[in-house]
Amino acid sequence: MIALFFRDLKLSVRAGGGAMIGVLFFMTIVAVIPFGVGPDLNLLARIGPAILWIGALLASLLGLDRLFQAEREDGSLDLLLMQETPLLLTVFVKCAAHWAATGLPLVVASPFLGLFMNMNELAIGATMLTLLAGTPAITFIGAVGAAVAVALPRGGLLVSILVLPLAVPVLIFGVSAVYAAIQDPAPFLPPFMILVAITLFFAVIGPVAAAAALRHSAD
Amino acid sequence: MMSHAAYVLSSYAVAVATVAGLVLWVVGDGRARQRELKALEAAGIRRRSVEATGGEST
Amino acid sequence: MSENSLAIRKFSDLANPTRFLALAARVLPWLAVLTVLFFAVGLWLSFTTEGDYQQGETVRIMYVHVPAAWLSMMCYTVMAISALGTLVWRHPLADVSAKAAAPIGASFTFLALVTGSLWGKPMWGTWWVWDARLTSVFVLFLMYLGLIALNRAMEDPARSARVSAVLVLVGFVNIPIIKFSVEWWNTLHQPASVMRLGGPTIDPEFLWPLMVMAIAFTLLFFSLHIAAMRNEIWRRRVTSLRRQAARNAGRESLAP
Repeated sequence: MIALFFRDLKLSVRAGGGAMIGVLFFMTIVAVIPFGVGPDLNLLARIGPAILWIGALLASLLGLDRLFQAEREDGSLDLLLMQETPLLLTVFVKCAAHWAATGLPLVVASPFLGLFMNMNELAIGATMLTLLAGTPAITFIGAVGAAVAVALPRGGLLVSILVLPLAVPVLIFGVSAVYAAIQDPAPFLPPFMILVAITLFFAVIGPVAAAAALRHSAD
Repeated sequence: MMSHAAYVLSSYAVAVATVAGLVLWVVGDGRARQRELKALEAAGIRRRSVEATGGEST
Repeated sequence: MSENSLAIRKFSDLANPTRFLALAARVLPWLAVLTVLFFAVGLWLSFTTEGDYQQGETVRIMYVHVPAAWLSMMCYTVMAISALGTLVWRHPLADVSAKAAAPIGASFTFLALVTGSLWGKPMWGTWWVWDARLTSVFVLFLMYLGLIALNRAMEDPARSARVSAVLVLVGFVNIPIIKFSVEWWNTLHQPASVMRLGGPTIDPEFLWPLMVMAIAFTLLFFSLHIAAMRNEIWRRRVTSLRRQAARNAGRESLAP
């Protein structure tokens, strides 16, 4: 399992994988927003956390369709299906590797982009923390979409369409936790705890559903 | 308050249009499929098993 | 075929498409007549009852809006049950049912959104409010459309059914979370300035047309659903017959 983790990690970091592209996409989105809303620093500071979250959401959807497709193309998906270890665990490990390759760089990159958005240190820290807690949930939800669309030749866009409505709660609680941290009266912990709960919930539901979808699309 | 009649009427119009669209789609689809089945039957192609199996393509 | 025979033993009546077709042919006319009757009564009631002193004439929009919203949720429930039927019991008609229900559910959700918007314009002064209820219905609409797109994208009906069943179930589990989160988000951003509609104190004056229309819409849904299922069965039959014809033709051309 650990071998699988590192294999996936290496594959996605190396040739043409989604890792660097994802971060680049994230940076581009965040860089483009000020051109749309204007260079008003106060406004940017206010909507900065939301922009970072939306950017991270879109960026982590980017590489999702490749999660199982490469395996399907070279036939190793069938091997994974027939393995002794439960498919559930395999899917979970693959999700973890995918997150480490694409989600983690987003979290690391977010403070620098936060500086562009004229956010203060507290907001940057809160955004980073919530992204760290929230992006795994997006990966796990996305795994269901990726497994569902694995049989399709051009499933990439479809995965995003299917996954985005399901990812609404993650976005809501991520952003509201950040705003709760910045604005004094609102408590930070409740939304953050709910965000963590959602992540844990999808860490269970996501691999189960993804494994079921993979098994059914195989035979 | 009578100015709201336009909203009421248009919402009923949308409802009628949506329902009519659905009904027409379902009925039309059914007619088309039945025509295809008849055409195939006329061409002498019959289901292998008209008896109880009925589990085609599932 | 062993799978099918097992299923037939379990659900002796409905598992067999041929028998389902016979049943549908018998039930559909009655359902259609009942639907028309209920609609006639419901429409008559909803146009003859008095307007609300507060909402005025616009209360009549509710007679369409509430049943449509109810159906949008019921249809997803029907799809979720069908998805369970596909995955757990391998019921051969369950995937047909789920696939047939998706466009119908999407239409009713669309209807609920549009009529809600038309109600909101005179009442709230704006076409759209990012209200918790509206927003979650909108997310539901997006989910319907995604499911339809997925069903369209896959060639093999059996496989697409099982795969989209997984997605339906994940969505079904998710709906309460979405609803909860949207409500949270709503209280965060909008201190309850929006007037709540309905409420527990509905005058029986409005309750009657509402009930009749709700029953009429539910009947309409079931007649459409059964008819759409029948269409889907026919469609699969046509496909399999065409394939068979092609195979026969190939065999004949090979034979001397």
